[in-house]
Amino acid sequence: MTWKRIEYTGWGRALTAESEIARPERLSSLTKLLAEAPGPAIGNCRSYGDACLNDGGRALQMTRLDRYLAFDPETGILHVEAGATIGDIARDFAPREWLPAVMPGTGFATVGGCIANDVHGKNHHIHGSFGQHLASITLMTPKGKKKITPERNAALFKATVGGMGQTGVITSAELKMMACKGDIITVTERRAEDWDEHLTLLDNSRATYTVGWIDATAKGAALGRGIVEEAETGLGLVPPRKKAKSVPFDAPGFALSSPVVKLFNTAYYRRVPDRGRTLVKPITDFFFPLDRIHDWNRLYGKAGFHQFQCVVPLASAPELKEMLELIAKAGLASPLAVLKRMGKGRAGYMSFPMEGYTLAVDFPNRGRAAQVIAELEKMCAAAGGRVYLAKDSLATAASVAKMYPELPDYAAAVAKADPEGIFTTDLVRRLNLRGGAA
Amino acid sequence: MTETWIILGATSSMARALARAVAARGDGVLLAGRDMEDLKALAADCALRGARVAEAIAFDARKPNGFKKIVDRAAREEGMISAAVFVGSMPPQSEIDADPALIEGTVNDSFSGPAMFLQTLAPLMEERGGGTVVGVGSVAGDRGRIGNYVYGAAKAGFHTYLSGLRNRLTRSGGHVVTVKPGFVDTAMTWGIEGMFLVAPPSKVAEDILKAVEKKKNVIYTPFFWRYIMLIIRHIPEPIFKKMSI
Ligand SMILES: Cc1cc2nc3c(=O)[nH]c(=O)nc-3n(C[C@H](O)[C@H](O)[C@H](O)COP(=O)(O)OP(=O)(O)OC[C@H]3O[C@@H](n4cnc5c(N)ncnc54)[C@H](O)[C@@H]3O)c2cc1C
Ligand SMILES: NC(=O)c1ccc[n+]([C@@H]2O[C@H](COP(=O)([O-])OP(=O)(O)OC[C@H]3O[C@@H](n4cnc5c(N)ncnc54)[C@H](OP(=O)(O)O)[C@@H]3O)[C@@H](O)[C@H]2O)c1
Repeated sequence: MTWKRIEYTGWGRALTAESEIARPERLSSLTKLLAEAPGPAIGNCRSYGDACLNDGGRALQMTRLDRYLAFDPETGILHVEAGATIGDIARDFAPREWLPAVMPGTGFATVGGCIANDVHGKNHHIHGSFGQHLASITLMTPKGKKKITPERNAALFKATVGGMGQTGVITSAELKMMACKGDIITVTERRAEDWDEHLTLLDNSRATYTVGWIDATAKGAALGRGIVEEAETGLGLVPPRKKAKSVPFDAPGFALSSPVVKLFNTAYYRRVPDRGRTLVKPITDFFFPLDRIHDWNRLYGKAGFHQFQCVVPLASAPELKEMLELIAKAGLASPLAVLKRMGKGRAGYMSFPMEGYTLAVDFPNRGRAAQVIAELEKMCAAAGGRVYLAKDSLATAASVAKMYPELPDYAAAVAKADPEGIFTTDLVRRLNLRGGAA
Repeated sequence: MTETWIILGATSSMARALARAVAARGDGVLLAGRDMEDLKALAADCALRGARVAEAIAFDARKPNGFKKIVDRAAREEGMISAAVFVGSMPPQSEIDADPALIEGTVNDSFSGPAMFLQTLAPLMEERGGGTVVGVGSVAGDRGRIGNYVYGAAKAGFHTYLSGLRNRLTRSGGHVVTVKPGFVDTAMTWGIEGMFLVAPPSKVAEDILKAVEKKKNVIYTPFFWRYIMLIIRHIPEPIFKKMSI
């Protein structure tokens, strides 16, 4: 059959939709769907909130259109269907010494999803965002298929990259891959004792891949403590990773209660010796550490969780510290928290990155989590920053309009590409992203 | 030893998974089916994964006069020639009830077409003295059920055919694996109600490769379907005929 009625969620599981989902396995089925019963494209639903949801409507899941169409070892350009995952591409091409130039923290994200959210990786400070490494995108709408490039179709390209699927279905893209030395990675981990040291380590890092894990429960003098990881790919032999495990059921509420998280974070922090250490791992262990446990989002129980991720300009570091103070005081954070310095790189009107610091923290969906996040959103806006829509399920239209000054350009390009609004999603409705046309 | 696989019904996602796996070890793949655009995409994909040759080739189970051409193309490759058959169609039983003429196509796609093809191929395999035929049947062929007995009957016919072909090819060093999948997450089953224990297509491909390597005769995939079907086959007919499973 073509349609399957499914109740589904984003990765955070806090918001739910019931939709008719089609999962075309070939281009001809997709063409037919777009002509007869179009809807927004979705990937592997690794966005946290409602970016991939279309409650009461339809959606076209792209995961089965996942073929490598062409690869040029001279230029490193890979033409790939949009449903292919970043993890598969990395696993298949790293042994040949090529990697996607930008990889998010999960290998399950599809190429289409990475374009639609203009994702960033641990090398953003040097290499920028996913959309900056595209030679072309092939878009499909009921009107047909069209190959677009940043040079020839500037506005449509900028509304597609980071455009959350609103300009059409991405069927394939030409990725400018990046040369790497092989499929292992050397990781140096250093303790950062507090906020200032953490920022200093991030500021001074010259490594290709840099990221900070932050203990979002530490307060007082320890506020901002964490572990900074710096990494470079290499050639060598390390034992292959064990088969992924999965979480078979929704965990009870206490699994991520505040005392448990505090204990865990302290142990996690102390695991790295005072003087730091260097480890050699398979690349996937470094880039996609959480993928080793399938369905780990179930650890948060039935109610799910929220991720708050924001970026603020470099000069707003003190404001970001205040936000962290609020988080630590609220005592709601989970162990998954990340601090990273970002570069300027972004490729779309609605791309998240800006030069500055980005902080991402997970909150179980309970108690005061939503209020704390609302407060954080206000502080972020006041600090001249923005929240990441790929993670969001709580922001308001007014503040998002302020955070994304190019929203009118985006809305105008979207209105032109999809005047009937057939690719609208829950996120777009909630934040009125199409209403901002100039 | 070089090996070339003729994959019939290569647009199936199970076939795609198998084609990719054999491509990655350097085998050749001739990807046969009706949707040439899709087969060409898969051929490019297999070539990039390491296939020695990867080509899309036209095949329609209902047009047997095209079969010889595929066999001739395979004959141009050196080494062992193997074939994996994923072709099959399963119109809803209710549609067949309304239009009995649909039986012909169902039997053609799931049994007689593939059988005619394999019959055309067998002499080449015998000449080369080896190779494997993977024939995808179905648990539905183990017992006729109200929900899909025409499809089931076609698959049962195919199982019996494969068993005979195994008998024949063994004599020249060849082998035949009969594969009986349970529910697999493919285009055929997407959105059908009442599916349970649905396996990903990659699991089926993995099981097939293991079975080929170990020269298994008949496999169920995932394995537990062997036990489910054991029970279902042993339900006495007077009881079974009143059940609707
Ligand atoms: C553990 C984890 C770690 C993560 N780490 C990072 C990180 O480090 N950096 C980062 O930037 N993000 C990160 N993310 C977020 C993730 O990379 C993005 O949400 C990404 O978009 C998910 O891709 P997906 O294929 O699952 O898309 P989905 O979540 O299914 O969809 C996301 C959006 O893309 C659109 N879309 C998907 N496919 C297509 C298509 N073919 N054509 C048109 N539109 C399409 C959808 O409409 C939707 O708007 C992380 C997520 C998780 C779960
Ligand atoms: N999915 C399950 O749960 C399940 C369970 C048990 C057995 N099976 C069997 O597994 C095999 C693969 O099925 P699937 O689930 O992957 O479904 P599918 O995608 O529908 O695959 C069926 C394949 O058969 C091909 N085909 C049908 N009629 C044809 C014809 N006349 N000529 C040439 N090719 C024809 C299709 O090719 P086109 O692209 O040309 O249409 C397609 O490649 C089938 O034999 C099916 O019966 C499936």
